[in-house]
Amino acid sequence: MDYFAQQLINGLVLGSIYGLIAIGYTMVYGIVGMINFAHGDIFMIGGFIALITFLILISLGLTAIPVILLVVLLVSMAITALYGWTIERIAYRPLRHSFRLAPMLSAIGMSFVLTNYSQVAQGARVKPIPPLITGGYTLHESVDGFVIRLSNVQILVVVTTIVLLGIFTWLVSRTRLGRDMRACEQDQTMAALLGVDVDRTISMTFVIGAALAAVAGLMYLLYYGLVDFFMGFVAGIKAFTAAVLGGIGSLPGAMLGGLAIGLIETFWSAYFSVEYKDVAAFSILIVVLIFMPTGLLGRPEVEKV
Amino acid sequence: MTATPHETAKASRTAGIPFLLKTAFINAVIALVLFSLMIGIRTEAGSDGQLTYWTRFGDLASIVAAVFGGSIVIELLRQWIGPTGAEKLVPPAVQSGMSFIGRYLAPALLVFTLLVPVIFYNQRYILDLAILVLTYVMLGWGLNVVVGLAGLLDLGYVAFYAVGAYSYALLATNFGWSFWVCLPLAGILAAFWGVLLGFPVLRLRGDYLAIVTLAFGEIIRLVIINWQDLTGGPNGVSGIPRPTFFGIPLDNSDDGLAAKLRIEYSPTHRIVFLFYLILALALLTNWVTIRLRRLPIGRAWEALREDEVACRALGINTTTTKLTAFATGAMFGGFAGAFFATRQGFISPESFTFQESALVLAIVVLGGMGSQLGVALAALAMIGGFELFRSLETYRMLVFGMAMVLIMIWRPRGLIGHRAPTVYLTKAQAISSDLVKEGHG
Repeated sequence: MDYFAQQLINGLVLGSIYGLIAIGYTMVYGIVGMINFAHGDIFMIGGFIALITFLILISLGLTAIPVILLVVLLVSMAITALYGWTIERIAYRPLRHSFRLAPMLSAIGMSFVLTNYSQVAQGARVKPIPPLITGGYTLHESVDGFVIRLSNVQILVVVTTIVLLGIFTWLVSRTRLGRDMRACEQDQTMAALLGVDVDRTISMTFVIGAALAAVAGLMYLLYYGLVDFFMGFVAGIKAFTAAVLGGIGSLPGAMLGGLAIGLIETFWSAYFSVEYKDVAAFSILIVVLIFMPTGLLGRPEVEKV
Repeated sequence: MTATPHETAKASRTAGIPFLLKTAFINAVIALVLFSLMIGIRTEAGSDGQLTYWTRFGDLASIVAAVFGGSIVIELLRQWIGPTGAEKLVPPAVQSGMSFIGRYLAPALLVFTLLVPVIFYNQRYILDLAILVLTYVMLGWGLNVVVGLAGLLDLGYVAFYAVGAYSYALLATNFGWSFWVCLPLAGILAAFWGVLLGFPVLRLRGDYLAIVTLAFGEIIRLVIINWQDLTGGPNGVSGIPRPTFFGIPLDNSDDGLAAKLRIEYSPTHRIVFLFYLILALALLTNWVTIRLRRLPIGRAWEALREDEVACRALGINTTTTKLTAFATGAMFGGFAGAFFATRQGFISPESFTFQESALVLAIVVLGGMGSQLGVALAALAMIGGFELFRSLETYRMLVFGMAMVLIMIWRPRGLIGHRAPTVYLTKAQAISSDLVKEGHG
């Protein structure tokens, strides 16, 4: 039971990270109707930028952890958002009215560019950082000595995710930008006729998605204490799986799917085998798509002729 | 910078140099922010696990300068060429010349390919490269059945390549079966896996299908890595037997082919044999595809690509149509895999990564999705291009990714972007593929 509770905590934390990445997929899919294959690599870039900013701040002599975290968060969000914006401008916007597969292939190309760009720029070796946030709470100690621990990093990850989700939900449901985004999702031509700047709205979607991915990158860095140039590929596919599981196009669905994938992966590693945890996540994707092609919270798609 | 490209082009034609400098300056500033940390700072883990960093502001400055200069050049080119997207008029003389070349290009290429081992007999490097190109031509033609004809986007094609390679490798090393027995078996096993993958994905549309096939490819690779008892895990399978000339080994022994023919033995014999073997396999793929296109099943594939709903309305069984497409494509992938295993003599999971799938898919798309000649030319261009960049090992995939993006922007329809219909009323007329709507495969 204690073991289960510990795995539950670990799974929820991992799921929060997947959920943050999955939101980027689901938003872009909702509006543009394409799988932004490079989104996982945006997450990786976010992690790298956070790492480099950490190094600079620490070598400048800053010691106040909250200040460091805030600066790193803002810097990595800003720069990664610019990456998202630039990629949309270069690789996706010229293809918006091209044939169906073109943006997808362009996105695969962009994913290769980003992966190898960071390999060339930062080297192929894993980059570890010393743990910045230490300590935690012991929730329960059983008689045989098994301890359920909730570390401060885990609290930080979950709290940040909840706060960001709150801000994000407010953004989509209450602001002008959110209204434009929902309008573009329904009908781009009609939205344009009613004075919505479609290009700008789509750009902003990529910017927000990339910023959330940057937060996920930072959380990953804090939680696991390392980044490497190849981490975006698998994390990206799993986050996409999460988005599909939750019902692509649905924002609460993306978060729910993220948590589900995080839990499945953690429990699989804990009770079955660590080697096959990715196989489990990918198999879930296939099974979900067979039996629930619209996911948990997705709308059924109407086929029009 | 929020203006659309169209508006930018319009403005630039009237605004001139100040606009040019302004655009270039903005681009340079964006580049400066983008690359400031990633290029300007280099991190590395030291020997004690402590992370250190050093600055590379020189590199950063040169990249920003390159972006500044590059955006001026691109903007000038854009003004010089004029608005993109306008239909370019091709003079009839050039058009007829092109169609003349088009008609004789394929036979000429085939004759040249047949003569390659004769011309380059002493150049081992060129022969090896030619075998590699032909392997990818075969893979491209195999994937073309799935993507080009049936319109089903498959991002996990490498899984079938892996199934074929491991089938041959394991059957040959464990049971000592000969290549010629294993080759059909490898194809059948791969086709079986194709059907197995085909079943769940039948209901899925384009993008979902792409991701599921990608996941399937990854599952196969992860299973190969982790099932160490059977596959040897990351160490791979080594000592895979070389192919024989229908039972006669191509080696220096007394009952080898050279001794039987009473000619002097040379290691090149085996290379030449491999060359003709893959050429025969590739041509078999091509021939089967061309024949299948004329059969009801091939026509059903193409109909499925164009419009799935219409297909169903006309009574085509989309389930069997999709399954046969998957199985046929997978079978050729399996053949290619068996060939790959026997040529290398050693296989490991590293040869079957997602990058291979993407490379084969890029070949099919660059070739124009459905054009057999286009796929062959694209394979030549891609693998040749890869060889040119071989010295720049780490930059190779970077260039490949950029090329993929640029090709999509420049020619999303590939090199040979028109399709000759297989069924016509009075006269076969090539349709520009811009007019062809993709189905919902």
